[in-house]
Amino acid sequence: MSKINFLKPDKSNLNTFLYLGSFLFFVSVLDVLLNSFFSLNLTGFLPGFLSYFLPLILGFVGLYFIRIELSGIKHLDQLNKHINTNNFNAILSLLIIFIIIKSIPPILSWFFVDASFAGDSKDVCTGTGACWTYIKVWMRRFMYGMYPNGEQWRINLSFIALALLGSVGYFATDKFKKYLTLYYVVIYPFIAFLFIFFFISGGPVFFDFSYGIIAAILSIIIGFFIPSKFKFYYFLIVPFGLYILLKYFIFYEELIELGKLDGLNWVETGAWGGLSLTFIISFFCLIFCFPIGMAFALGRRSGFPLIRYISIGFIEFWRGVPLITVLFMSAVMFPMFLPADFFIDKLVRCIIAISLFEAAYVAEVIRGGLQALPRGQYEAAKSLGMGYWRMHIFVILPQALKLVIPGIANTFLALVKDTPLIFVVGLLEIVGMLNLAKTNPEWLGFAMEGYVFAAIIFWIICYAMSKYSYNLEQKYKTDR
Amino acid sequence: MNFKLKDIGPQLLTVIAVVLVFGFFTYNAQVNMENRGIDFGYGFLSQESSFDVQFSLIEYDGSHSYFRAYLVGLLNTILVSVIGIVIATILGVIVGIARLSPNYLINKFAAFYVEFFRNIPLLLQIFFWYFAALRALPLPQDAEAMFGIAFLTIKGLYVPAFIWQNFNIFFYSIVAAIIAIIVIRYQAKKLQETKGKQTPVLLISIGLILVLPLISFLIGGVRLSFEVPVLKQLATTSFIYEGGVSLPPELIALALSLSLYTATFIAECVRAGIQGIGKGQKEAAASIGLTPNQVLKLVVMPQALRIIIPPTTNQYLNLTKNSSLAAAIAYPDLVLVFAGTALMQTGKAIEIVSITMFTYLSLSIAISLFMNWYNNKIAIQEK
Repeated sequence: MSKINFLKPDKSNLNTFLYLGSFLFFVSVLDVLLNSFFSLNLTGFLPGFLSYFLPLILGFVGLYFIRIELSGIKHLDQLNKHINTNNFNAILSLLIIFIIIKSIPPILSWFFVDASFAGDSKDVCTGTGACWTYIKVWMRRFMYGMYPNGEQWRINLSFIALALLGSVGYFATDKFKKYLTLYYVVIYPFIAFLFIFFFISGGPVFFDFSYGIIAAILSIIIGFFIPSKFKFYYFLIVPFGLYILLKYFIFYEELIELGKLDGLNWVETGAWGGLSLTFIISFFCLIFCFPIGMAFALGRRSGFPLIRYISIGFIEFWRGVPLITVLFMSAVMFPMFLPADFFIDKLVRCIIAISLFEAAYVAEVIRGGLQALPRGQYEAAKSLGMGYWRMHIFVILPQALKLVIPGIANTFLALVKDTPLIFVVGLLEIVGMLNLAKTNPEWLGFAMEGYVFAAIIFWIICYAMSKYSYNLEQKYKTDR
Repeated sequence: MNFKLKDIGPQLLTVIAVVLVFGFFTYNAQVNMENRGIDFGYGFLSQESSFDVQFSLIEYDGSHSYFRAYLVGLLNTILVSVIGIVIATILGVIVGIARLSPNYLINKFAAFYVEFFRNIPLLLQIFFWYFAALRALPLPQDAEAMFGIAFLTIKGLYVPAFIWQNFNIFFYSIVAAIIAIIVIRYQAKKLQETKGKQTPVLLISIGLILVLPLISFLIGGVRLSFEVPVLKQLATTSFIYEGGVSLPPELIALALSLSLYTATFIAECVRAGIQGIGKGQKEAAASIGLTPNQVLKLVVMPQALRIIIPPTTNQYLNLTKNSSLAAAIAYPDLVLVFAGTALMQTGKAIEIVSITMFTYLSLSIAISLFMNWYNNKIAIQEK
């Protein structure tokens, strides 16, 4: 056995250093663990300052001893490479390990151990932990806002139906794959629109909803017999045409009479709220802001100077102001700009405002994609004799949109995260409902539980969206 | 003639459509205002505002004009934006570098931070800090002193105020130090280019910025003392701190959540910037004999900054615009003071909302102009 130099751990005394180092390291971790979980203090006999820092010192010395390059032990080398490359990293690693150990017990006890789950009144919440009873009691309000309890099946049904209709793309056979774009761009938004505004809103307009469904089904059936050359124009025009035809010319009188007899109860948009409103607003803004943004992106790269300047003005204006002032504008200023007897619903105004706002961001993202395409693509398309629209629809946009999937996803994420701002116009989605519930005199003092609950929900939604966009990006990645 | 219908047509149609829409709106606005007996004009700005603002950087009370109220709001917005930008940048750079650390734990910790704070709406975070976290702080009479001079209470953070004597001399000394540093840097660069000699610029700079103000203390008659906040009893259960500077909890909650939220985005920008530098660049720099510090300073950072700055500018703009969420927790920023209280009192919806929007637009343009200038300055001049 060669001479041991404790300042320079090396391979010749591998076992000594390994045992000593691991021992010191585990003692330090054990000290923190006992301290944190069982409030025991192993090093309590030492003076205060030393007792506080002893785990760190011990752990640091331990890690120093086991930092032996090319020891030949696979796990040791891995450990050294990942958390123990030098003194600085060793201290940081130790600190992070200690922070994690220290923070687990309070979090666990707040979330689960001391928390109260049972019961349905404030009295059960006596512990020091979270009061999940509060969330349980207010769950319906957080999910549906002031929507009447007996009618909430309409929201559930609509969302389930839309989710099923939206997942059609995964099950479509090859034969139907070519219609998918058309389906998602025209028919699906149309059906969604009918569901949300007629089915959830209810009232006499419920029959509008039935017309819409009839129009959609009819037009799909007839659609199979239309030559594929005209299919695009067909689906652009016929569903809406059919719907208007049904509504105003054919069954109008009779069915409105029926609607007065037994339709769905009308629920005004002011009563909508909670998480379902978050979904509704995000969904529609997402649908609307995309085409508007695309139009302005093309406008900003247009060869016509006037169109270009108007687009630049539009984009820079919306990008320069905060959303909250835009919503202020839609609430207090916009009604001034409309004829006195002309009334637009609060929710619709809100959706228009958010869509225009996000459209500016979408436009910039798409412009990035358009600029990233090599000039050759434009020239090749032109040399084939394509015009402006053909070139963009068939050659440029499919490639450009593929490039900007991450950017678009980020914009949509921002949109979802911006929806709580609608409290400005008096609509209460989940965060607004939380603030309302917080001020209820029977349930004072549970702000923390509410915000944590909403944070978890938003986190799951946003994280899932970002992961999904990452998958899409990988899927459509083309080697360029 | 070069004009063709094909070129003019679409433009003409667009312009007509825009003019029609704007004309429609203006006409309706005129009719509506006539019907309601409101007159359009900015004269109200000089009228007495007759409302108070709880936190103001400049002297203000109800007897001042609406314009002064606007200034109070604007200054508060700028204050919280500047605090947020500074903290977010420091935090973002640290986290961004930590995400590239070879240390597994640090890397994952930074990733956790980014994924956690980025995916929760900012408004929710502001509410959380203001209504849940900061409400758990002690009352003024129970607060423990931090380092014996500052008090963090439910009513805000109380820190000592600086009381200067001959502040102008101290200020001039700092200005002199900065000018001297710039001159020395310039000379050092010249010396390196002509004679290849290197000067320890950093050491000299640190020395100058410490020594010159110190001299001003020793011989310039500059004195600095602290006014520590003192607890004062107003009534049997009502306490307050007097003296020093008090930061309201709204400001703390807002600055904290803005910087924590924006730092995640800045961290991603920093990470992308550093990752964007090819390995070959570092190897080439090392192969011509540069030390690791020089590689970082002369090769990696100048290139990384080119990638980092444009998206970071966007984040600064976002932070400034997001500071308008202050209205939700009653921090008296531009939106709350002007587009909120002043609008309620005067009813001048169009004027006030347009001034507010125009102000934010100008702030955005100012920041982006400054950052564009900086970006151009550091951009590699391609020949």
